[in-house]
Amino acid sequence: MTAGILLSSQTRGDWVELSAAGSWTAEYAGAIEPQVDAATRTISARGIAININRIEYLDTYGAWLIERTLRHWTNQGRETRLVGLREDFRGLFEKVRAGTQTLSPAPKPSNSVVATLVSVGMTMSAVAADLVMLAQMLGSLMAALGRVAMRPTSFRFTSMINQLERVGWRAVPIILLITVLIGAILAQQGIFHFRKFGADIYVIDMVGVLVLREVGVLIVCIMVAGRSGSSYTAELGAMRMREEVDALRTMGFDPIEVLILPRILALVIAVPILTFLGSMAALYGGGLVAWLYGGIQPEVFLARLREAVSVTTFKIGMIKAPFMALVIGVVACVEGLQVQGSAESLGEKTTNSVVKSIFLVIVLDGVFAMFFASIGM
Amino acid sequence: MAKDPKNPVIQVRDLVVELKGNRILNGVTLDVYRGEILGFVGASGAGKSVLTRTIVGLLPKQQGRIDVFGVDLDAAGETQRQEIERRWGILFQQGALFSSLTVGENVEFPIREYLSVSDRLMTEIAITKLEMVGLKPDVYRKYPSELSGGMIKRVALARALALDPEILFLDEPTSGLDPISAGDFDQLILTLQRTSTMAVFMVTHDLDSLHTICDRIAVLGEGRIIEAGTMDRMLASQHPWLKAYFHGARARTGLAAARN
Repeated sequence: MTAGILLSSQTRGDWVELSAAGSWTAEYAGAIEPQVDAATRTISARGIAININRIEYLDTYGAWLIERTLRHWTNQGRETRLVGLREDFRGLFEKVRAGTQTLSPAPKPSNSVVATLVSVGMTMSAVAADLVMLAQMLGSLMAALGRVAMRPTSFRFTSMINQLERVGWRAVPIILLITVLIGAILAQQGIFHFRKFGADIYVIDMVGVLVLREVGVLIVCIMVAGRSGSSYTAELGAMRMREEVDALRTMGFDPIEVLILPRILALVIAVPILTFLGSMAALYGGGLVAWLYGGIQPEVFLARLREAVSVTTFKIGMIKAPFMALVIGVVACVEGLQVQGSAESLGEKTTNSVVKSIFLVIVLDGVFAMFFASIGM
Repeated sequence: MAKDPKNPVIQVRDLVVELKGNRILNGVTLDVYRGEILGFVGASGAGKSVLTRTIVGLLPKQQGRIDVFGVDLDAAGETQRQEIERRWGILFQQGALFSSLTVGENVEFPIREYLSVSDRLMTEIAITKLEMVGLKPDVYRKYPSELSGGMIKRVALARALALDPEILFLDEPTSGLDPISAGDFDQLILTLQRTSTMAVFMVTHDLDSLHTICDRIAVLGEGRIIEAGTMDRMLASQHPWLKAYFHGARARTGLAAARN
């Protein structure tokens, strides 16, 4: 395919005849368009004809550019004519000419102040809708749990074990690694600052209380939200996109009972175990640093730890774990079931799931702190 | 333009493709000529999609040679390959529209990437293509999730045609469409193909499509091409699978309908 493109004009009385030649194809469309536009601007004759006899190759791009020019002139009330249409191009021209190009104008962007207010309002109502949906999910989950309790054989035990392996067992190495590091960092920072007052030994109190009461469970929950919550959302979202959830529903199964209950129960079982392991690992990491960096012998560390923390401290951390697991699971499943058709929506909901569950976990931790303080624990 | 037997746009020679140790294609040799509609049939699981995906470069081949526009795809460099990819359009079975882009952006996507044309022309071409495949310009601003299955196929066809390709690959274009829409779709492909010199490579199970719009039919079985030729040749073939396929109950009614 060679040849450039040109439009040479020739005046015949009232008429101007433009002649097109060469390849009027997609490849050259970028170069042809300015020529065509220039012709549209400069020619002011009453009648205009375009001779396309010498066009070698023509595709939709070329045909449309010619058609667009003719339409432009016709709309100005001038006479137009297409000359030299070859038989093999006729079908293409008919197709292009049939197009109406009537695209309704794009909706106008509204005033920026109004748009901001609208977006704030929408966000607030979305927050309210979210809370309603979380409550709904919690309710349907309890109802499903009730139904399963009446007919224990209908519970998807295999599914739960499978999930337990994914969110519990396989999470153990990474949880241990992270909590050891967190415990070590806490101890190192404590020793570094407490040493100035000669209060090194109180590092053990700090690490013990902090890890068992707050940090252990929080770190584990944040990890689980990022690791398992996101995967729940993505999984359920993809199933929704491919109508698998609808298929379940039409077969007479409750998606909550089949998909969500086993997943959330698995989380509720796994998170306390992971919290226990994580807390122990953090204490181990703290002890290790206290010994190697702070020179506190392991026997001293253990003896001091026994004085510093009570079973109550440990219980407070463990009591919180299943509730936090429930929050992570419910948020992840609610988000997953809201996924719409597009890939973008899947990504957005997965992000939402992680952000919201971490936020709610921390809020819940605050609520627990107030609760335990008021009952004197 | 008439089909040109001396001018094959795709030449496949002794192609061998293995997937996870299973030999799916075992010595496939096939030509597709400029300006023809080639119908490609075979039992489910025979490897029709594998062949299509191998030709367009989505699957690796173990042996053999594929020439597109006379260029050996193995020997082609990055730019040459892109040049070839610009000249073919592919309609995937499920449409494969980009779900986060609007219909208009989907159709404009290849134009934006490959051509340097003004935004105005790009929009106009996208709308022209949408109207050509029988859609109203309103769909331009919709998202794929708002469309029905038939409309998705049409938009996907508009996207495949966006650069006025010389080869159009269609993977079961009429599957999932009602018979009327499927018939319309066949006519649409035929009209579009007749207005250009485009070669169409159509994987299909639709006997009506084979009867009404295909110039030539190639049959894949046992990992190779069992038979290739016109409909009459298919009907005359003594191969048991071909006999079952073209003389079965569904085929007879289809043939009768096509003859009427």
